[in-house]
Amino acid sequence: MDKRIRVLVAKPGLDGHDRGAKVVARALRDAGFEVIYTGIRLTPEQIAEAALQEDVNVVALSLLSGAHNTLFPRAVELLKEKGLTDVLVIGGGVIPDADIPGLKAAGVAEVFTPGTPTSEIVEFIKTNVK
Amino acid sequence: MANETLKAGMQAYNAKVEKSLAKFPERKNLAPNRLYTPLDIEGFDYEKDLGFPGEYPFTRGVQPTMYRGRFWTMRMYAGFSTAEESNKRYRYLLESGGTGLSVAFDLPTQIGYDSDHAMAEGEVGKVGVAIDSLADMEILFDQIPLDKVSTSMTINAPASVLLAMYIAVAEKQGVSADKLNGTIQNDILKEYAARGTYIFPPKPSMRLITNIFEFCSKNVPNWNTISISGYHIREAGATASQEIAFTIADGIAYVEAAIKAGMNVDDFAGRLSFFWNAHNNVLEEVAKFRASRRIWAKVMKERFGAQKAKSQMLRVHTQTAGSMLTAQQPDNNIIRVALQTAAAVMGGTQSLHTNSKDEALALPTEDSVRIALRTQQIVAYESGLADTVDPLAGSYYVEALTNKIEAEAWDYIKKIDEIGGAPVAIEKGYIQKEIQDSAYKWQMEVEKNERVIVGVNKFQIEEKPIEGLLRVDASVGELQKKKLADLRAKRDNAAVDAKLAALEAGCKDENVNLMPLILDAVRAYATEGEICGVMRKVFGEYQAHTTL
Repeated sequence: MDKRIRVLVAKPGLDGHDRGAKVVARALRDAGFEVIYTGIRLTPEQIAEAALQEDVNVVALSLLSGAHNTLFPRAVELLKEKGLTDVLVIGGGVIPDADIPGLKAAGVAEVFTPGTPTSEIVEFIKTNVK
Repeated sequence: MANETLKAGMQAYNAKVEKSLAKFPERKNLAPNRLYTPLDIEGFDYEKDLGFPGEYPFTRGVQPTMYRGRFWTMRMYAGFSTAEESNKRYRYLLESGGTGLSVAFDLPTQIGYDSDHAMAEGEVGKVGVAIDSLADMEILFDQIPLDKVSTSMTINAPASVLLAMYIAVAEKQGVSADKLNGTIQNDILKEYAARGTYIFPPKPSMRLITNIFEFCSKNVPNWNTISISGYHIREAGATASQEIAFTIADGIAYVEAAIKAGMNVDDFAGRLSFFWNAHNNVLEEVAKFRASRRIWAKVMKERFGAQKAKSQMLRVHTQTAGSMLTAQQPDNNIIRVALQTAAAVMGGTQSLHTNSKDEALALPTEDSVRIALRTQQIVAYESGLADTVDPLAGSYYVEALTNKIEAEAWDYIKKIDEIGGAPVAIEKGYIQKEIQDSAYKWQMEVEKNERVIVGVNKFQIEEKPIEGLLRVDASVGELQKKKLADLRAKRDNAAVDAKLAALEAGCKDENVNLMPLILDAVRAYATEGEICGVMRKVFGEYQAHTTL
């Protein structure tokens, strides 16, 4: 339990809106997590590979372009293929409520939408990380 | 003498207030002073600091009569799904009293990928319209006379390609390039710093931009060749002063690049335009608009020796702040947008996009876009804000705030000069860091309840999920792929290859203006991805390094 929680914050797809991802990454770091921020424009493949290389406990995906229904499940699937079944995957961005059940069914543990306090994300990770 | 009396009066007033504070405390964290008086604008010189509208330093606006002659252009940013769908939305907007078009492209188009590229998966038609070739562009502007409308296109790294497509569509309508009015965003520096749709490294990117300046000065004289954008810098978290400072620093870099490429400043500077954010703090925003015009006028006159008044004017398009819209109680966003609209109008914008109430949730529906457009029309026709020029001039607070924002912006501009200019400051991550720090500070203020966002950290209610949001049909990607396959089967592929080979040769010779070569390739129905692919091959791709 002494080991610090490691979180990969990543932006899949082509979306460049990284204000939220950077704010969340910094808040997680300030909360005592080890945070790796990958920058923008990563493929789900690159994200899964980074998660493996960095040996993270959590992958936090951020997307505001509307491509979440394609890219979030794809990232989860690739993590599983790499045997990273214990990694907690969370998502955030401009995501309509109607899409959230589908994303959860695909293996995204929680989806945080605009207006969420970063403290809520911190608490969720602490409670649910494996 | 008068000031001495006033100073004594201020002291007495403050002493009296201080005594009452125990009983009647003020709200915490208020940035402005309690009260503004002539003491706060000591040395104020009307003719030097403000002057007359349409005259240097343009503090009061760039036209002599501003909205008394004609309102700002009501230009709604729109585009989604296919060219067919977006064409319908544009015609709807023009029929509803919109007075200009503003095209939103999807991310693959903005980053130079065709819809069938692997990186485009899931993104086709999502945040804007998918344009792969001239064939899509012809559909996009079907039945829209390009000699009658002005069109703004939010396109940066591949701006040359989309401008070429626009010129080619106009040719097919029988409209020559010199009759075209519009704007391409074409501002790559803020893409590196804040928005993210870059393709090529800075050097070839700056070449493409100066190629466009030069081509348009000869062939498309009424085109705004760049929209130097603070909007996205602000959206990424910057303050008002940072927004205009970083953007003007970018502007300085573009002017320097064009001069270095051998152009005369007065030959292109009149076609430079800007893009501001209209944020929540109404009076701060008005001051920001005024300060920005004064700074740019000084930069152009004193630093670059621009002679023509047009070269010294900061003409600006404005969009209300998307990042200030809340997903909670979205109807409240209508009020936010109305206040932001008031700020942009009192600030003297030349054109305006108003966001729709549902944009923290999805792309806007037709109904919510209509409310956003009506907001502009109500401000224009009913509010009285547009009836006199620069109505807040002379307000002690607004003049003091204009001076303060100007001073803060100059400090940043000087600092960026010392670093070596905006491209170097971006390369070193300086500008990004400043923006990120401001974004984090804002978020922490909200989380500590030092900053109230109505419906988010105060006055919350239990809400039902919002229904009736716009959804982009998931089949758009497949549809575009099919269109591309048909195009590649149908067109003269030998001609396409020849035009692309000519472009590749041109890319390798720095003295060649690439615009005519791109135009040739576009006319032959080379796709955007093919054209950008050639440039990627020669120029390489920009690799961002990100720090937290």
